[in-house]
Amino acid sequence: MKTTEYNYDIVRSFVNWSILWGVVAVLVGVLISFQLVLPDLNIAPYLTYGRLRPLHTNAGIFGWGIGSFFAMYYYMVQRLCRRPVWSEGLAKFQLWFFNATIIAAAITLLLGFNTSKEYHELEWPIDIMVVILWVVFSINIIMTVIKRKEEQMYISLWFMMGSLIGVAILYVVNGAEIPVSLFKSYSAYAGTNDANVQWWYGHNAVAMVLTLPPLAVFYYFLPKATGVPIYSHRLSIIAFWGIVFMYLWTGAHHLLWTPVPDWVQTLAMAFSLMLIAPSWGSVFNGYLSMGGQWHQMRDNYLVKFLIMGITFYGLQTLQGPSQAVRSFSSFIHYTEWVPGHVHMGTMGWVSMVLFAAIYYMTPKIYGRELYSIPLANFHFWLVLIGQLVYSVSMWIAGVLQGSMWHAMNADGSLSFSFMETLIEMYPYWWIRAFSGIIYLTGILVFIYNIYMTARNRQPALSAAATKA
Amino acid sequence: MWEKKPILFLILAVLAILVGTTVTMILPFATVNTEADRIDAVKPYNALQLAGRDVYIREGCNNCHTQTVRPLIADVLRYGDYSKSGEFVYDRPHLWGSRRTGPDLARVGGKYPDEWHYQHLRNPTDIVPRSNMPAYTFLEKNLIDPPYTRKKMEILGFPCTEAEIQGLNGKTEMDSLVAYLQKLGSDIPWREATQTTVVGELTNPFLDDSTVLPEGQKLYLDNCAACHGKNLMGTIAADIHDLDMPDAGLFETIYDGFPEAGMPSFAALGPQRIWKIVNFVKSQKKH
Repeated sequence: MKTTEYNYDIVRSFVNWSILWGVVAVLVGVLISFQLVLPDLNIAPYLTYGRLRPLHTNAGIFGWGIGSFFAMYYYMVQRLCRRPVWSEGLAKFQLWFFNATIIAAAITLLLGFNTSKEYHELEWPIDIMVVILWVVFSINIIMTVIKRKEEQMYISLWFMMGSLIGVAILYVVNGAEIPVSLFKSYSAYAGTNDANVQWWYGHNAVAMVLTLPPLAVFYYFLPKATGVPIYSHRLSIIAFWGIVFMYLWTGAHHLLWTPVPDWVQTLAMAFSLMLIAPSWGSVFNGYLSMGGQWHQMRDNYLVKFLIMGITFYGLQTLQGPSQAVRSFSSFIHYTEWVPGHVHMGTMGWVSMVLFAAIYYMTPKIYGRELYSIPLANFHFWLVLIGQLVYSVSMWIAGVLQGSMWHAMNADGSLSFSFMETLIEMYPYWWIRAFSGIIYLTGILVFIYNIYMTARNRQPALSAAATKA
Repeated sequence: MWEKKPILFLILAVLAILVGTTVTMILPFATVNTEADRIDAVKPYNALQLAGRDVYIREGCNNCHTQTVRPLIADVLRYGDYSKSGEFVYDRPHLWGSRRTGPDLARVGGKYPDEWHYQHLRNPTDIVPRSNMPAYTFLEKNLIDPPYTRKKMEILGFPCTEAEIQGLNGKTEMDSLVAYLQKLGSDIPWREATQTTVVGELTNPFLDDSTVLPEGQKLYLDNCAACHGKNLMGTIAADIHDLDMPDAGLFETIYDGFPEAGMPSFAALGPQRIWKIVNFVKSQKKH
């Protein structure tokens, strides 16, 4: 029987590089969380909180997140289309150009070259690099799909292609700017318009980068890990179109109570609530796929990561819409509650699913069994505890901060000065910083496990087994 | 159907994305930043302020400070009049931010004297003892580049004279940042609009009540000491250790502020606390 020659080199390289950028993101995150309690750790001008925080988010979203999605897309597209990647040359170019872009991003951010727009801080020359990277990647994936040898397009391919087109539209529109010099530009939009475009981008980056791709990964790797098919193909299709249609209306829930027109805010609020339906469509699909398989939560470490991940996705998509309601937003917006929410999504949902996928792919791409399953379980508990401590401490801190900001005396004056509210944050900021260390330890255990698998000298599995 | 046709699928996905995009992102351009929300008093940044704004962006101040006051009682009491769309028409990019690790800065212009900002930027804990803001001393060593600033003003289409550009010679980034902060939110006369007039005779509810002095001292240290000094001998602002002023007059000064001298209104503290500060300050009078 003829077997397809899949290109795993590219998958392997993207996995390795994305893990490296992931470590950078977490290290910088831990550093800036300590800077909040020990301001002397700010080393001006290059290593201040204001310059490091964009590096933390960019390394996390673009280095770790998108880097590993590159790996998984190349893995999934080849398997699902039963053919090698359309262009090996383009894929190799993409790998090196990806690293060049991330390095250029890190250097320029520390030098203070930034647009100030959240999750789109990179200045215009690097913006152009990102666009080239994305076009090359999209062409390669879409051409592989067009030239596929399998007639059906599995749902993961839909989620993948949806994210390709979505990111392209968002990034180019929000990136419109007028260059002043090589590393300085002004936004093409002004004031309230600029804010509205920015959060149309910002919130939909969550949809197109931190929702569709991990769902593609989830829908592919959950059945692979459990050995039973996904519960309902139809439900996943409804989830897909629901997300792709409804997300785009919701950006202004980041701008409740600002000068953005009221009707835009109200629409954003309404669509955010409606989004619960398609989001939970995927959550139920995951849970129902576990019918008769729940014992695997004990026995199968991959299932632990995946089901815990989709659970955090479910919690995230309930908490998110609740924050998008005007009254609740007035209480928790601008407080520590929001970082707690965001990190449940990134450290809980997205990263859990990425860990599972990397663990699943590692034996395939190296041709060896994983070095240690007990260590993988240890990794699971460390990142779970680290993330929970982070989020729960920030939710408590946020409620406290919100209450203090709004507290009033009988004579109609505010009960607390701003500094009195800030001082109350210090204990929670300490807890958060230590939760980061727990999470970082988990990542180091993960890296050790992958490294030992890669360098292990025991004989590789037979070639036939790898390609099965 | 489309589940076997990738190109058709991509076209449908784009259409689905464009519906919400068109309604909530493109449509608002028809009204926002037009005559509908224009405010005549709002002026573009001058050259020094623009240079300062770019320092603010470079240093990522927006990671910890927002620039929008919401129409909520607590926000308005703490920061000032709520923000209006027309106040931001010259902001490219907007700097509204998403997190208040530090206070909102939309209306910080005119709240403190320049010297307060210089000392605070050099070393924030000198002014606000338990602040976690980094020190930005190095901004005093960097000079503004006048020709580059001229180019920026031209690109943004802001009016600017050659004398103004020449005036930038010798100015530091710190000078520009302070100039920018002092402009924030001060184009519209909101302070005058919110000024309250005290009706009737002011009587001190804590007259001769020495039990409120410890609280008065704490309030003084939190709110007044940064400018008037821990021992009332004056630093940025006047020496008040031997102030000769009736209680009611002192109350009004604290309540309404003294804008000509750069002193902000402390009305948000509420009458009760202001009277306690009055008692404390008066108790320090030695003869």
